[in-house]
Amino acid sequence: MNRHLSQRIGFGFTALVTLVVVAPILLVVGIIVVRGIGTVNWEFLTAMPRDGMKAGGIFPAIVGTLILTVGTALVAIPIGIGGAIYLSEYARDNWLTRAIRLAIVNLAGIPSVVYGLFGVALFVIFLQFGTSIVAGSLTLALMTLPIVISTAEEALRVVPVEFRTVSASLGGTTWQGVRRVVLPQALPGIITGVILGLLRAAGETAPILFTVAAFYLPRLPSSPLDQTMALPYHLYVISTQVPGMPIGVQYGTALVLLALVLSMNIVATIIRSYFRRRRQW
Amino acid sequence: MNVRVAGVERIVKRLSGLRRVRRAGGSEFAIETLIRVLGFSTIGFVLLIFLFLLREGIPVFFETTLDNLFGQQWYPTFDLLGTLPILLGSMLVTVTAIAIALPLGVLTAVFIREVAPEWTRDVLKPIIEVLAGIPSVVLGFFGMTVLAPFLRESLGIPTGLTAFTGALLLAYMALPTIISVAEDALDAVPKGYRDAALAMGATEWQTIWRVVLPAARSGVVTAVMLGMGRAIGETMAVMMVTGNAARMPLSLDSLFRPIRTMTATIAAEMGEVAQGSVHYHALFGVGIILFVLTFGINLMAASAILKKRRRGGLR
Amino acid sequence: MEAKINIQDVTYTYNDKPALKDVSLDVPAHAITVFFGPAGGGKTTLLRLINRLNDLVEGTRLDGRILLNGKDVYGQEVHVPDLRRRVGMVFALPLPLPMTIRENVIYGLRLAGVRDGSKLAEITERSLTQAALWDEVKDRLDNPATALSGGQQQRLCIARSLALEPEVLLLDEPTSGLDPISTAKVEQSLFELRESYTIIIVPHSIQQAARLADRAAFFLMGEMVECRDGDDIFTQPRDRRTEDYVTGRFG
Repeated sequence: MNRHLSQRIGFGFTALVTLVVVAPILLVVGIIVVRGIGTVNWEFLTAMPRDGMKAGGIFPAIVGTLILTVGTALVAIPIGIGGAIYLSEYARDNWLTRAIRLAIVNLAGIPSVVYGLFGVALFVIFLQFGTSIVAGSLTLALMTLPIVISTAEEALRVVPVEFRTVSASLGGTTWQGVRRVVLPQALPGIITGVILGLLRAAGETAPILFTVAAFYLPRLPSSPLDQTMALPYHLYVISTQVPGMPIGVQYGTALVLLALVLSMNIVATIIRSYFRRRRQW
Repeated sequence: MNVRVAGVERIVKRLSGLRRVRRAGGSEFAIETLIRVLGFSTIGFVLLIFLFLLREGIPVFFETTLDNLFGQQWYPTFDLLGTLPILLGSMLVTVTAIAIALPLGVLTAVFIREVAPEWTRDVLKPIIEVLAGIPSVVLGFFGMTVLAPFLRESLGIPTGLTAFTGALLLAYMALPTIISVAEDALDAVPKGYRDAALAMGATEWQTIWRVVLPAARSGVVTAVMLGMGRAIGETMAVMMVTGNAARMPLSLDSLFRPIRTMTATIAAEMGEVAQGSVHYHALFGVGIILFVLTFGINLMAASAILKKRRRGGLR
Repeated sequence: MEAKINIQDVTYTYNDKPALKDVSLDVPAHAITVFFGPAGGGKTTLLRLINRLNDLVEGTRLDGRILLNGKDVYGQEVHVPDLRRRVGMVFALPLPLPMTIRENVIYGLRLAGVRDGSKLAEITERSLTQAALWDEVKDRLDNPATALSGGQQQRLCIARSLALEPEVLLLDEPTSGLDPISTAKVEQSLFELRESYTIIIVPHSIQQAARLADRAAFFLMGEMVECRDGDDIFTQPRDRRTEDYVTGRFG
């Protein structure tokens, strides 16, 4: 066969494959939007559920997801950024540092359901928090930690080393240099990484299955030791375990969760490109 | 100079193992110590997780026989804790998923990097990132309500909740990782290879197929490993579409019948176990298997990447 | 002139390869001392040893002593950040911090705990004047420093170091990226600064070395070949190697 013909076919084939990859993505989002948008209105978003979840709104699930996300952030951000600063600015090239990096790779690869198991064993049972917001947030935070550390360390590394040298030559200690020059410059990258980590935490079900999530709570949670509803868990239950659940409600819930996660993704991307343009190096 | 400051110096020297002398102010020392502690904490967390998994999982070895644990029947209510069905179930779904995702991912990477014009990249990459961001429960929901019925109709099988359905979903979930690593691998192929091939009269397609892809082979292997690690650990999506029947996948058409993965087993049954029961310990045992498996796979992938970086292969 | 800095038998190895071998020389106060020679001679390395900037590098070994005002720079009680305030450094590339001009100048002061607004403003004006930059930037002190030209940025870096009122100023090829006019301005400032500071400079050309040097030391492959008065070393070098380099037979 003519070489150029086979090139055309080859190129065409890869284009076809790419279409096969990309089209379903649009399909999934499209179907969920189309079938769910009818249900999503102001009441759906702000009212408490009625009639065994089949009517009313999913407000407590939304609030629950937000609470858990905040709880995750409170724990994962300080530990993650601190760890990243250590790796980027203080760690030397020895076995200890390699062990730390190995640990991060390990944490990043642990299945979410195994985090759930650990959360039950440590937070719910051993530390006796019970199924609670605290237990769920801590579990999610641990799962989010490797993402935050990796992206934050990358953001710190990208800051030119010359800034640190200049700061040292003007009488600055390592920490002063980090605090006054490196960290502010790395902040946009760090924030982007944090948001990406948090959107992952917001969408996860397995870690919260047995550490915090409840299907039906008559009131919003009032203390960190309460259980709470959460969007991913809610979607899971209403789509698999409640007979007679209107399909519109299911799609509506899926749409709300998807919209939440995708909008966080967009925010992170916007932050990243905005600050990349304004960089002074 | 007071002795306390000297003591601080000695501790700093021992901690950092340096010859240099640093006298840190009090609060600065506190902050730097805190940072050090946070740095080491990751090791602590990994050990903690492994410890608690062991703590709750090891008892199962004392509470039942090895024959049982390696048996072919998982019916916990009858005290049958054969892990083989769910182990093989995870394997089947994962391997199928990678078999689907690998060609799709590599060819897409080739298209994006080698074939398509620059501007398409800015359209395609965000869409693929969207896929990476979709929560697995949402994908599972889609799989259940749209994909499974579709497969049932078009393939004429009794139910759409099968291993294949799960594998298909998993394949798509692993695609962003595989595409990204494959792209990096293609980028890493030295420009010289391409130039040499083109100079000898090869078409671009021939160059890609015979020169670039083979050179990127180890990067592709890394992509496979990372994808597998991701797939084995996936929970919600597979749980919602694979039908959750813990049967031994012994023949080819098991692919189109319900099956159960290790992750789905834990997620589905954890809510029903009594704490401290044999079943409870068995589930933790499955968790240990998952922990070790994913650790091993990700370790191999990470060290492959690290080796290339040191050699200057990957960017 | 009494010696400000004494360098005694300094040998410095990096990963078991010697970068400096048995270097001894004295740097007089209130004068410009020049370290010159071909690339790889150890000049920059020696500079960085004086303000201990090489502490940040792993895998090195230092033998010998470096004394500042008679005290060992590597002594047990030396507070390194304090040392670096007293021995300032200007690098080969202009390296403004990603901040405004004003913030660049007072960065070192803020690090040292100086907070008084009026004092900071006064020091800012004085340092920028000493670096021959004040007139050009006085009404845009709050603009980002990266908006300045290369020559202006380098003079900003000089002002930044001067703000700390160091005893010694180390300059590593400070004019290598600059046009002749900016170079002339920088050299002129150095002449004026000599009155109050001790200056060590690695020049980027022999001509600059000859223009500036009160004392000059020739470095070749980690050895200090000879160190004499500026007038003498370029016109009547004692060592054959110095003569070859000065006359352009190699380099």
